[in-house]
Amino acid sequence: MGSMRMNQAIATALAEEMRENSSVIVMGEDVADAGGPFKTSEGLLKEFGPKRVRDTPISEMGFTGAAVGAAALGLRPVVEIMFVEFLGVALDAVVTEAAKFRYLSQGQVSCPMVVRASIGSGLGFGCQHSQTLENWVAATPGLKVACPSDPQSAYGLLKAAIRDPDPVIFLEPRALYASRGEVVTGPDGLLELGRARIAREGTKATVVTLGRTTSLTRAAAQQANLDIEIIDLLSLVPWDVKTVCASVKRTGRLVVIEEAPHSGGWGSEIISTITAQAFASLDAAPFRITAPDVPVPYQRDLEALYLPSESEIVRQLESYLVTGVVPQPWWTQEGIAR
Amino acid sequence: MTAETDPVQLLTPEGQRVAHPDYDIDLSPGEMRDLYRRMVMLRRLDVEATALQRQGELGIWASCLGQEAAQVGSAAALRPSDFAFPTYRDHGVALTRGVQPLQILELYRGLTNGGWDPLEKRCGLYTIVIGNQVLHGVGYAMGQSLDGTDDATITYFGDGATAQGDVNEGFVFASVFTAPVVFFCQNNQWAISQPRERQSAVPIHQRATGFGFPGAFVDGNDVLAVMAVTRAALERARSGNGATLIEAYTYRMGAHTTSDDPTRYRMGDEVERWRLRDPIERLKVYLAREGIADRTYFDTIDREADDMAVTLREGVRRLPVPEAVSIFDHVYAEEHSLLHAQRAEFEEYHAGFVDQGVR
Repeated sequence: MGSMRMNQAIATALAEEMRENSSVIVMGEDVADAGGPFKTSEGLLKEFGPKRVRDTPISEMGFTGAAVGAAALGLRPVVEIMFVEFLGVALDAVVTEAAKFRYLSQGQVSCPMVVRASIGSGLGFGCQHSQTLENWVAATPGLKVACPSDPQSAYGLLKAAIRDPDPVIFLEPRALYASRGEVVTGPDGLLELGRARIAREGTKATVVTLGRTTSLTRAAAQQANLDIEIIDLLSLVPWDVKTVCASVKRTGRLVVIEEAPHSGGWGSEIISTITAQAFASLDAAPFRITAPDVPVPYQRDLEALYLPSESEIVRQLESYLVTGVVPQPWWTQEGIAR
Repeated sequence: MTAETDPVQLLTPEGQRVAHPDYDIDLSPGEMRDLYRRMVMLRRLDVEATALQRQGELGIWASCLGQEAAQVGSAAALRPSDFAFPTYRDHGVALTRGVQPLQILELYRGLTNGGWDPLEKRCGLYTIVIGNQVLHGVGYAMGQSLDGTDDATITYFGDGATAQGDVNEGFVFASVFTAPVVFFCQNNQWAISQPRERQSAVPIHQRATGFGFPGAFVDGNDVLAVMAVTRAALERARSGNGATLIEAYTYRMGAHTTSDDPTRYRMGDEVERWRLRDPIERLKVYLAREGIADRTYFDTIDREADDMAVTLREGVRRLPVPEAVSIFDHVYAEEHSLLHAQRAEFEEYHAGFVDQGVR
């Protein structure tokens, strides 16, 4: 147990898994000599050497595709996509190949690889380096998708992802790399893919979060003393239907908070499933707090406006808890717009 | 590994004019002074922008320190009607195409996503994602030949980008369709922390042969040689003979960006060695020795650079912050109904705060 930043928690998890299992290797751009653009692989080159910690030429397609082949033959590659946007040129290797190897080979060949990528807004990187893009991969059978929300979950989930027999897409909110927290290491710190955690207990509404929206929502609940149950999803594929459903049956209300455009978001999947399974328990319409359907703004103030903010979460949840009526999204406000 | 040949050089690091069997350039004194002036102004922009970033006035800056000759020399070889596709480091290309220095700073201050009209300047917006613009350039060049003009395209990229599929696929298309394009690679030796040896096992310009067009190797710190080699490649493109890959051998004197610390991965004496090959100094020595420019001229240019620096420092703080509602602009030619509703809701919401002085 010790306090560390999320990037250190990631480096620690990588180092431990590499010590434990000699088939774990790391590849990516600037991951070896420079210790990772976000310092998530600091110290690995020194301890494990250049055969297992490999700086690659700038070709996401190249190293992700190579990881598919390496994984199929028994290695456990962890590749790093510096910004999730760069996964675009490697999607073929991930979606069409890695996700289908087991299926195509009738279960004979697996592809136990991890694709780590930094995601999200909040650092002023502009519309091509600020997206979350979890929906690109969440709709592909064969892939698992996980997204930590703090140092502990980054540590525990990444270890689980590396040990998993199938390809896992591991999405790391960039704005959280420098965030600090206590991390339980060793077996007690391990988390299970597909298992959500209750980040705050409460009785009046179930609020489902993922990645960066977890800490924002927790801060909002604390600040306004909201009696809400926050469920930090942690895994998007598979997601923990049981935990969310049980919570909604207790609270009677469901809200999903996403750092992504409104249309086509994964929150709709959560709401659709829970509505079907727990319709009778709901005493108000479920809804989502999201960004609008526009690219992530570049200018600092506009970017802050874009992301569901702590104050915006407070505003919407307070209104919902009192009235049971779905509040207008941040770009409008009840009583003014309509 | 194949042996490196010597790069084309018309001006030695000591400022001596030398002859080359395949390339030459005949510039008027005015044209030569103009190249000097452009490089000095570019360096001043770079130095000021780095300082402004350190003072918190810019979000980030990608320095082109040391690459002035490669950028200015190649862009100066273009005609106004040609088209350039730059990367985020090619400030010398943007300036030479007529982009205003403040427009570049506006981009790095996070106030605009673009900064200039690409069609007016015949200069694409900075492409941030490595190598994408090479394919765009090839497509544009294919359009130029369909239009039946004798215009050509130049597309810029770095040594690191040569590993990307985009770049290699761009080479294939240019070759198969005989596109009038010049691939201008500034080999500045470092792809963030990766030295050139770990990006390409053969010298970059030699890779052209396998794709079916010539590769040229030029001293990227020699503005005269860069301009001569680029002119020849553009001429080849205009006359229907297709693509050329130019490898301009240069050095990234600064960090990858202001977010990077190069002392983590490279030695200081390497930087010092390259300082002796400075592109501006070598032209200055030549101009002075040949009597093409004198002290008075150099002083005038320095003062002009000083004035620009003042204007930039004042101007950058006065740049307007975009209105909040602008986040809904330019997502589509015509907003679809869902987005239109989101904008309308926001505008009404926003109107509710006008009395409170919220932007």
